[in-house]
Amino acid sequence: MTALAAIRPDSWDFPLFLHVLGAMILVGGLLTGVSSLAFARGDVRFLRLGYWSLLAVSLPGWILMRAGAEWIASREGWTKEGVPSPNWLDIGAIIADLGGLILLVSLIIGGVGVFRLRAGKGSGLLRATLVLSTVLLAAYLVAVWAMAGKPN
Amino acid sequence: MSFNDWLLALHVLSAFAYVAGVVLFWILVVAVRRIDTPEETIRMGPIVNVGNAAVGIGAGGTILLGIWLAFALDGYAIWDGWIIAALILWAIAAAFGQRTGAAYMQGMTKAKELDAAGQRGANAELLALNRTSNGVLMHALTSVVVLLILLDMIFKPGA
Repeated sequence: MTALAAIRPDSWDFPLFLHVLGAMILVGGLLTGVSSLAFARGDVRFLRLGYWSLLAVSLPGWILMRAGAEWIASREGWTKEGVPSPNWLDIGAIIADLGGLILLVSLIIGGVGVFRLRAGKGSGLLRATLVLSTVLLAAYLVAVWAMAGKPN
Repeated sequence: MSFNDWLLALHVLSAFAYVAGVVLFWILVVAVRRIDTPEETIRMGPIVNVGNAAVGIGAGGTILLGIWLAFALDGYAIWDGWIIAALILWAIAAAFGQRTGAAYMQGMTKAKELDAAGQRGANAELLALNRTSNGVLMHALTSVVVLLILLDMIFKPGA
């Protein structure tokens, strides 16, 4: 791993930078979304802040992370036919893609929840968004550990 | 995974915590610009605490584990140019971050004073403190320096 980092070709650096930056923005948006939703205690302003953190920060972060992942995986040759992918890459890819799906579901549920807030209805759907976002945050931290530590 | 692999993973996780904290504070910087009541300003407190914890754990973890890794890993040395640059940038980011916190704490302190005095309504002075341009500037500078650290860590100029 150390040797790999030391001899990494320069052409890999920018795609890796985009991938890591996107993942950091994604995690930052999730941390803010989870915190705002968890501490909102029914306050509409903070419920909205939590939802918009997920929509306006986490989602663009996920797109940048995923695009960067595809780019760097291609540069490193993992996307070629017949090339077996290592465990750390499989863990990261599964969590990234499944996580993206869960993020979309939580955004749709949360969007309906925010719409219901305008009508003066309860925040139950945003509680579901909070649960999904918390699970996502934990899962992405596992992905970061796998991508950085490279088990196997 | 070797011991050094674990340290590297924790170093990267610390970096994620640091940047996640910076992102969180950007969202709060934008959100607080429309907050002019003591109650809502004070309600930001728990979220601010989460951001402070993320930045604290992240900054501490990156510097301690980073220095450890510089000594432990073959091929890297603490006097490598890109590592020295990272250490200097880390110190600059910490200084800017401290000034950001000080700028925004003025609003929080004012909100607590108003709340203690029983003034619960909108307050123009509180809004002005929450919209501190000095705080925005300091946080922007913190973010730029943290971004430079990330670029330095990935591109490793001179390595």
